[in-house]
Amino acid sequence: MILGIDTSLGSAVAVVEPDGVIRSEARSLDPRGHAEAIGTLLERAMAEASVTPSDITHIAAGMGPGPFTGLRVGVAAARAFALGRGLPVVPVVSHDAVALELLLHSALTADWGFVGDVEDGAAETFAVVTDARRREFAYTLYRGIDDDGLPIRVAEPALVPRDELDAVLAAAGAKRREADRIPAAMLALAAARALSAGRTVGPDDALYLRSPDVTLPHAPKRVNLPAASGRAANGRSAAAAPPAPAVRGQDPA
Amino acid sequence: MNRAEPLVLGIETSCDETGIGIVRGRTLLSNTIASSMDEHARYGGVVPEVAARAHLEALQPSIEAALAESGVALADLDAVAVTSGPGLAGALMVGVGAAKALAVSLEKPLYAVNHLVGHIAADILDDQAPPLEYPTVALLVSGGHTSLLLVRDLTTDVELLGETMDDAAGEAFDKVARLLGLPYPGGPEIDRAAASGDNTAIPFPRGLSRASDMAGHRYDFSFSGLKTAVARWVELREAAGEQVPIADVAASFREAVVDVLVTKALAACRDYGVPRLLLGGGVIANRRLREVALERAAAEGVTVRIPPLSLCTDNGAMIAALTSELIMAGRAPSTLEFGADSTLPVTEIQVAESA
Ligand SMILES: [Zn+2]
Repeated sequence: MILGIDTSLGSAVAVVEPDGVIRSEARSLDPRGHAEAIGTLLERAMAEASVTPSDITHIAAGMGPGPFTGLRVGVAAARAFALGRGLPVVPVVSHDAVALELLLHSALTADWGFVGDVEDGAAETFAVVTDARRREFAYTLYRGIDDDGLPIRVAEPALVPRDELDAVLAAAGAKRREADRIPAAMLALAAARALSAGRTVGPDDALYLRSPDVTLPHAPKRVNLPAASGRAANGRSAAAAPPAPAVRGQDPA
Repeated sequence: MNRAEPLVLGIETSCDETGIGIVRGRTLLSNTIASSMDEHARYGGVVPEVAARAHLEALQPSIEAALAESGVALADLDAVAVTSGPGLAGALMVGVGAAKALAVSLEKPLYAVNHLVGHIAADILDDQAPPLEYPTVALLVSGGHTSLLLVRDLTTDVELLGETMDDAAGEAFDKVARLLGLPYPGGPEIDRAAASGDNTAIPFPRGLSRASDMAGHRYDFSFSGLKTAVARWVELREAAGEQVPIADVAASFREAVVDVLVTKALAACRDYGVPRLLLGGGVIANRRLREVALERAAAEGVTVRIPPLSLCTDNGAMIAALTSELIMAGRAPSTLEFGADSTLPVTEIQVAESA
């Protein structure tokens, strides 16, 4: 039994059988409040699936991309749950869950052109697009589904300024598929398929895609001499002075 | 649950130390700390996002190391404990997420507790010290907080007497070190520089210590004016083309910080008729602070308690110790509904206790 956990957008937990049968999915669409929600979602998902922690065999962890403060809650929870029961963590790119859902849906609705046969070129390229905050989107390009039933990533997750997304997708010939939630059941399903194929499909570390925010270097603030005096305090150049840290308590994303 | 001598694992991620502690009752079994301090050094202070990322990477290996050191299996635990606040929100959330999942996976109760009260609980783990007596005044000084507390009972009654209005004392050390061209963290560097200095050389101001301040801020602290005064003093010397006597500046600055901390703590002891003072927080590592506190407290008949330094800096053992006390006092676990609270008041010793 696979427990899927993702907090890269909202918060979601699901229980899926190894053969892909979805037993439960519990979610909160709140784009914040991941730390508040995660414990209750874990309990709810297991209760609705009528399983206990000892029935779980694998943890599927959504590794992002996503705003980091929230994303980390799910990754931390996935690792801690796994540690508690001595289970393996199966990392999954969160966008893969959305892609899998889209591909399965199009297969079910007989929209064969969308799933397509990759080899004869009928498959459509599409981009899973999620909010990355700070006027950026996170996107990943997909094209069809492979023999293991996993979505084929044709480009790895990346960030793009919001107003440049459409141009980037047009250049790639990809359709824009925006998602406001990550389906944890699809995340667990992707993990189940990766496991049965003996493949690793996600990264070990969270997909932050951004370096930590740090206020850029500046010299210690001068307090009583005109800044234009042409000589930095202590005779040190401004560039050589250590940068100031970000403000305590401030969280960038 | 064993309420007589509970076995508790504590998770602390409020700032830049990933702390995992394991205690049985009042006995310390492991105090495992992974610090991201080195990663912050080049920025001259704790960068919240860098700290939070480091917590995520350090948590699992730290828990494993703590279990190995204590010879405890997760299945044997009576409870999981975690810091809910105060601290850096993004950093706290990593611990909260992990603690909830760990507790759910183990089907064990979870206790969400207050970081500052945890600093006081650290003292209980000192097996060399006589039992903690109440009430006691507690002075907690670190890079993240500067608080003066009146502790009537660790698990039920902690009152905030005063706190810093701006920078924490540890932050002031870091900032002054920076403007003297000394590396991060500033505390030990200022100490080293001050060793050969004259601490009476420069009369730096004592924040919130004037008679006019005392009415509203008798137990509050302010260090940003002091930092500015040091900067101004240094700049004037430089503008005049004089050599800056780093040792004297460091010694005089440190004396100003220590003087205010000890003066206000002992004033609280006097005002409340409490002849006991407990020191905690990473800045307690400052030898001059300990020296002045011991000397002046002795003169006033106040007994000073200082936990071992490894328990003064942020750690998970203090979170486990506080939770162990809560369990022994019969308290119910927290529900799973709580979050990280970066400004959690000290009066909230336990968060989200179930009904
Ligand atoms: Zn602390």
